[in-house]
Amino acid sequence: MRSHVPSYNLESPGNLREVLKTIAAEPGVWRPFAGGTDLMVLLEAGKLPHKNYLNIWNLTELRGIEVTDQHVTLGALTTYTEVQQEKLFQIDFPMLCQAASETGGLAIQNRGTLGGNIVNASPAADSPPALLAYDAELELVSLKGARWVPYHGFHTAYKQMIIRPDELLTRIRLPRRTEKLQHYYRKVGTRKAQAISKVCFAGTAQVREEKIQDVRIALGSIAPVPLRCVQTEDALRGSPPNQIAIDRAMSVLANEIVPIDDIRSTSNYRHQVSLNLVADFLQQLRA
Amino acid sequence: MARLLDVLREQLHLTGTKEGCGEGECGACSVFINGKIVNSCLVPVAQVEGAEIKTIEGIATGNQLHAVQQAFIECGGAQCGICTPGMVLAAVDLLARNANPTDAEIRTGLAGNLCRCTGYIKIFESVVRACQR
Ligand SMILES: Cc1cc2nc3c(=O)[nH]c(=O)nc-3n(C[C@H](O)[C@H](O)[C@H](O)COP(=O)(O)OP(=O)(O)OC[C@H]3O[C@@H](n4cnc5c(N)ncnc54)[C@H](O)[C@@H]3O)c2cc1C
Ligand code: FES
Ligand code: FES
Repeated sequence: MRSHVPSYNLESPGNLREVLKTIAAEPGVWRPFAGGTDLMVLLEAGKLPHKNYLNIWNLTELRGIEVTDQHVTLGALTTYTEVQQEKLFQIDFPMLCQAASETGGLAIQNRGTLGGNIVNASPAADSPPALLAYDAELELVSLKGARWVPYHGFHTAYKQMIIRPDELLTRIRLPRRTEKLQHYYRKVGTRKAQAISKVCFAGTAQVREEKIQDVRIALGSIAPVPLRCVQTEDALRGSPPNQIAIDRAMSVLANEIVPIDDIRSTSNYRHQVSLNLVADFLQQLRA
Repeated sequence: MARLLDVLREQLHLTGTKEGCGEGECGACSVFINGKIVNSCLVPVAQVEGAEIKTIEGIATGNQLHAVQQAFIECGGAQCGICTPGMVLAAVDLLARNANPTDAEIRTGLAGNLCRCTGYIKIFESVVRACQR
């Protein structure tokens, strides 16, 4: 049942410094409120125990996309619509565009942010596998200063992260690669739009001199956190892209993921689909 | 905190905007904020200070219906009417971005809107008709 909406407090400090001051002065009391597409659903369901929020939607410091030769840097408030509008992403980071286009419907894409998707920390979220496979880094900012951390390792356990209560996620940075990579992204859900994933797979690699190189694989909904599958990558790196490699990848991946049964799917189904997807990814590499 | 949806309906008495699910799934509460379609059940009113909000009440020009509204009437795109304001806004949004959408683009444009009555075919046909105007 819906919570009593007026009992929630949403303050709008107006700029980044004021937000950081407030969260530093009373650690844990205030939480950021971005597009609200996760928070308002919890509120509607009566499952939002925390009452005090700071509106960050209007912070211009957390918006915008910056491109250099080495990196693309996105403000944490970048929406799914903005991701899809950026022409360069279609070329350099197509899996992120695809994740954005398959997240919710258009109205959700206009409000949902990448920062919210990351810090909401759902293991079923759709952008994290793409961000992991693209070696994303996150900028965490507090009054004490800013630090860049690799996204790989940011989620430590179910809904646990290394971000401190006095920190805000401000930017997301993706290294631009010069290698000619192939990109493979698949979201498996109940319907095309508005459905939460049962399994989500992101993989990039290239075949050079008949060998698999620069392979990166990440999956969603198959572990307590979005998972970069380093063991599967290690098993593939340097091998020819043949059936032996596919069989090996499937058997390593089978031990690397720990899917569960829940309302959306079963452990068995997720397990099998994950293996099928890694096989399909490698088949496409061969083709 | 107050939801934009409640402020529109209960304080401003703009009851064209409907509530279906209250959780972003159905699109009945769709409005435009600064020209972008959003679900007003998910938007706290504090976040729209200074923004331009357009609801279904603002789609017709005086007594002149929008081509999308006219097409919904002609094609039987509305039955109980609860989803209709959201469907109309989704179609208006689509046509503003893309005057000649493919069938797949129409489906994507309406994907965030649920209807429990029509079975969608007549809604789809309404949008096709509106495109031909
Ligand atoms: C109908 C519907 C469909 C959806 N479909 C999908 C889907 O297909 N795939 C998917 O992955 N998700 C989906 N979602 C979930 C949601 O839209 C995304 O997770 C979205 O990216 C959340 O962003 P937000 O800005 O709305 O987050 P909010 O709800 O504002 O915040 C989410 C959490 O992140 C924290 N937070 C937000 N920004 C920051 C920041 N900058 N620094 C620190 N903490 C921060 C908040 O405190 C909160 O805990 C869907 C939601 C709905 C309602
Ligand atoms: S009432 Fe807002 S999306 Fe259903
Ligand atoms: S006409 Fe009744 S829900 Fe669509």
